[in-house]
Amino acid sequence: MAFPILSSLVLLPVAGAILLLLVRGDEERSAPLARNVALMVSLLVFAETLLLWARFNAASGDFQFVERHTWIPAFGIEYFVGVDGISLLLLVLTGFLTPLALLGSWESVHKQTKAFCIFVLLLESAMMGVFISLDLFLFYIFWDAMLVPMYFLIGIWGYERRIYAAIKFILYTMAGSVLMLLAILGLAYIHYTSTGSYSFDLLKLYEMQVPLHPQFWFFLAFALAFAIKVPLFPFHTWLPDAHVEAPTGGSVILAGVMLKMGTYGLVRLAFPLFPEAAAYFAPALAVLAVIGIIYGALVAMVQPDMKKLVAYSSVSHLGFVVLGIAAMNTQGVSGAVYQMLSHGVSTGGLFLIVGMLSDRRHTRQIAEFGGLKKVVPHLVAAFLIVTLASIGLPGLNGFVGEFLILLGAFRWDPRLAAFAATGVILSATYMLWMFQRVNYGPVTNEKNATLPDLRPREWAVIMPIIAVAVLMGVLPNLFLRPIEPSVERMLNRYHHGAPSRIQATAEPSRLRSRGISASFGGAGPSRTREISVSFGEDRQSDQQAGAEHAEAPQARRRQP
Amino acid sequence: MNASLNAIVPMACVTAAGIAAMVAESFRDPGERMPIAGLGVVGLLGAAFATVLLWNHNASSFGMVAADNFGLFVTGTLIVVCLLSLAISGPTIERERLPGGEYYALMLFATAGMMLMATATDLLVIFLALEVMSLAVYVLTGIRRDSPASTEAAFKYFLLGAFASAFFLYGIAFTYGLTGSTRLDRIGSLMAAQAMAPTPMTFLALGLIIVGFAFKVAAVPFHMWTPDAYEGAPPAVTAFMSTGVKAAAFAAFVRVFLSAFEPLRPHWGEVIGVLAAATMIVGTVAGVAQSSVKRMLAYSSIGHGGYLLVALVSGNDYGKGAVLFYLLTYAITNIGAFGVIALLDNIDRPNDQVKDYAGLWNDRPGLAVLMTIFLLSLGGFPPMAGFIAKWYVFSAAVKAGHTGLAIVGVLTSVISVFFYLRIVVMMYMTPTDTPAQFPVVPKVAGAALMVSAILIFYLGILPARVLDWAAASISSIF
Repeated sequence: MAFPILSSLVLLPVAGAILLLLVRGDEERSAPLARNVALMVSLLVFAETLLLWARFNAASGDFQFVERHTWIPAFGIEYFVGVDGISLLLLVLTGFLTPLALLGSWESVHKQTKAFCIFVLLLESAMMGVFISLDLFLFYIFWDAMLVPMYFLIGIWGYERRIYAAIKFILYTMAGSVLMLLAILGLAYIHYTSTGSYSFDLLKLYEMQVPLHPQFWFFLAFALAFAIKVPLFPFHTWLPDAHVEAPTGGSVILAGVMLKMGTYGLVRLAFPLFPEAAAYFAPALAVLAVIGIIYGALVAMVQPDMKKLVAYSSVSHLGFVVLGIAAMNTQGVSGAVYQMLSHGVSTGGLFLIVGMLSDRRHTRQIAEFGGLKKVVPHLVAAFLIVTLASIGLPGLNGFVGEFLILLGAFRWDPRLAAFAATGVILSATYMLWMFQRVNYGPVTNEKNATLPDLRPREWAVIMPIIAVAVLMGVLPNLFLRPIEPSVERMLNRYHHGAPSRIQATAEPSRLRSRGISASFGGAGPSRTREISVSFGEDRQSDQQAGAEHAEAPQARRRQP
Repeated sequence: MNASLNAIVPMACVTAAGIAAMVAESFRDPGERMPIAGLGVVGLLGAAFATVLLWNHNASSFGMVAADNFGLFVTGTLIVVCLLSLAISGPTIERERLPGGEYYALMLFATAGMMLMATATDLLVIFLALEVMSLAVYVLTGIRRDSPASTEAAFKYFLLGAFASAFFLYGIAFTYGLTGSTRLDRIGSLMAAQAMAPTPMTFLALGLIIVGFAFKVAAVPFHMWTPDAYEGAPPAVTAFMSTGVKAAAFAAFVRVFLSAFEPLRPHWGEVIGVLAAATMIVGTVAGVAQSSVKRMLAYSSIGHGGYLLVALVSGNDYGKGAVLFYLLTYAITNIGAFGVIALLDNIDRPNDQVKDYAGLWNDRPGLAVLMTIFLLSLGGFPPMAGFIAKWYVFSAAVKAGHTGLAIVGVLTSVISVFFYLRIVVMMYMTPTDTPAQFPVVPKVAGAALMVSAILIFYLGILPARVLDWAAASISSIF
């Protein structure tokens, strides 16, 4: 039997947490040891995710590294895990951000360091579990289990209003997810009535034709759970509180990985499981997403608190991701997955930088800063790069994802793309304005005059972020290559179920969009080819879907 | 009709242990320490042994007691309940200077009554068992004789319980009048014959029996006694009665309604459905407003009764299995939670207010972690057992088409998370200038709580085997 690498991604952090339980001694003695052990474990997990990536067959859209064991036969529940291109890079992202989150809170966590490290590792384990689960029961277990460590991270190590934020966070997310639990049960029951056995196996459920009426309710239940998690406007109100009150490491993980759970759930579950309902509700989702993009940006602009500004910028950026998913074409979804990674990196970076400033000054108010460029030039340089990455400057990570999403949205409905595009401009406005107020001009506040520049630990935190941001901007294909086959497969699945809605407008806009993509090809030599190749496949699948739709509606779910 | 005594061996073991405990107490010199609880453990282990041997044999005694797998599963649950309760009682008895022999004997007699209730197949024997159990529990509730709260609680519990018993007995009488029998199987077949044309007397009988059971399982609106009784009793007794009484009463409830009254399901299904919804809602909403941890957990246990009622209403194979599995996990978890309260109980200060838990994590990290595990399991978080139990109940409800009840169930469980987390917030996140003084944790009680926590994780992560047992239990009789 091959080494169960996916299970080890879940179990290794748990093992690390148990190991940490054995660390004894008072805070002074145990803290450094606990930090180092946790860091080592998380680096090991990161190395494993890289190994996974290296051994992943990027040409295939199938689930790979599959492990399957019976677990609770009475309910037809299996331990069934696997990765495809969509989840692969999210695993890598999780592995990447967890050590940085630990490092980012290296000195700012003063009390109960051991417990902090334990909760971070447990959280990592649960997040990995969400991304690898291919059994809905397993997925839900990890999905819910994830809340508990995050609740403690916010509630114990957060800032002033941490208890309020922690409870708000956990109740909001739970309220959404329990209805999803019922939808999962309903789905398994429909599987039971049609085949005679219960199953939570995602691949089997993909094949199943859910009757329209329950499909709509199920989709709404799933979409609510994911919309709260994303968070989609108007379900976002927990996010600023949770982000602002969480410790730096918690914010990094929350914004970097946990928000992606929502969009990941939409791509993995809600859309392919309930294609007709998804097609029906997609415009509504897209409109909410666009409102979120603009609203988030406008609210971010007026925030006096840097952390809150970054939090609202997440609402705006995640709106793009939802828009790309709702478009349900290759560009949109690939862009959405890419943007999930990219947002994880750049927002993680922003929270780390804000954390560094806040460690130095114990405030995050923009008005308290000013002229930092003269005092801490290195920190400001890193700040600038991360800011530009977040805005979506070409050559950095943010650009590719947003571009692809807008392309996809344009193919679907140009009006949405037009409104969403204003979000790009607004994001430049609020980010640069904040950057300017914090870093340029004279040093207005005495306290800022003697701030120390980046320390070695902080270099170690910020350099990987910058390196990945540049890498993702310059060589997007490296990341897009494993994503696209899986996205294709997902879209095939979806379009075989949903009444196709893009054929009507596809032809003219596709020509136009290919022109745009050609000019974008400068980023990498094979970029243009890759996109046009994917277009070709896309058209094929569209035609196929259309043809099948016309000739045999009952055979719609046939696998390609 | 089989006159074999096999089926009553488990309760006989426990009864014998109870008698031995009383005798031992009478020989005990004042102040002498005697391992009376050990006698109880021996008896319970004997009962456990008998239960294992009887499994799958469908033994029955006198045609009135049936040791079928359903009854044996509940018996097993009750053995776990009683063992854990004995283990956490020690500190309470020492601190409050309670009469140890009587305390343990009453607990063992109550357990024997519960076991009889779970296996009885005759309404009169069920009533008898109910009284054996209840009388012992009334006394246990008021065993702190110098405490006004305890006495008041016992008195309330006794008065209301006596009323409920009377209702129950009336129900039995009417049923007898209708069918000429008190045996469940005969009632079942006669009811099936009459089901097409129920008379008003049928409804009267049903209604009275429902009231009797609803009182014992603390279903709304018959729950008024619960918070007072749970608060007034010593915490170890509360742990015992909030789980044992509920398990036994639910076992009889399920047996009576899914065998004898099954043909009348169209008539009682909706009534119990409404009770279930009301119980879940009142239990959780009222729980939010409590400032005493014991009262909070009392309301929470009312709410959990609501989930069990949902499983009962669903009545399909999942529902019946869910009742059993839920009772087991709920018993382990709730005893754990009350066990922590019992261990924090001080002679001059009960430490049972939510605010007393402030900073517990710093003083007693082990207890805080255990309490967190129990509370999160009660709230239904994976990977704890409470999640699997709720999952089972809601599967049953969805399968039976009771989507409305399932939605009420999941939403109330979110609300319940709010008040469970209030305690967690106190323990971990609230610094305090005047920390409550907590007594030292005795080894036996601490070990019992550890075992509970391990069982919770075991049932939450690898539930397959126990779920199979639960499924096998219900297939044998209904």
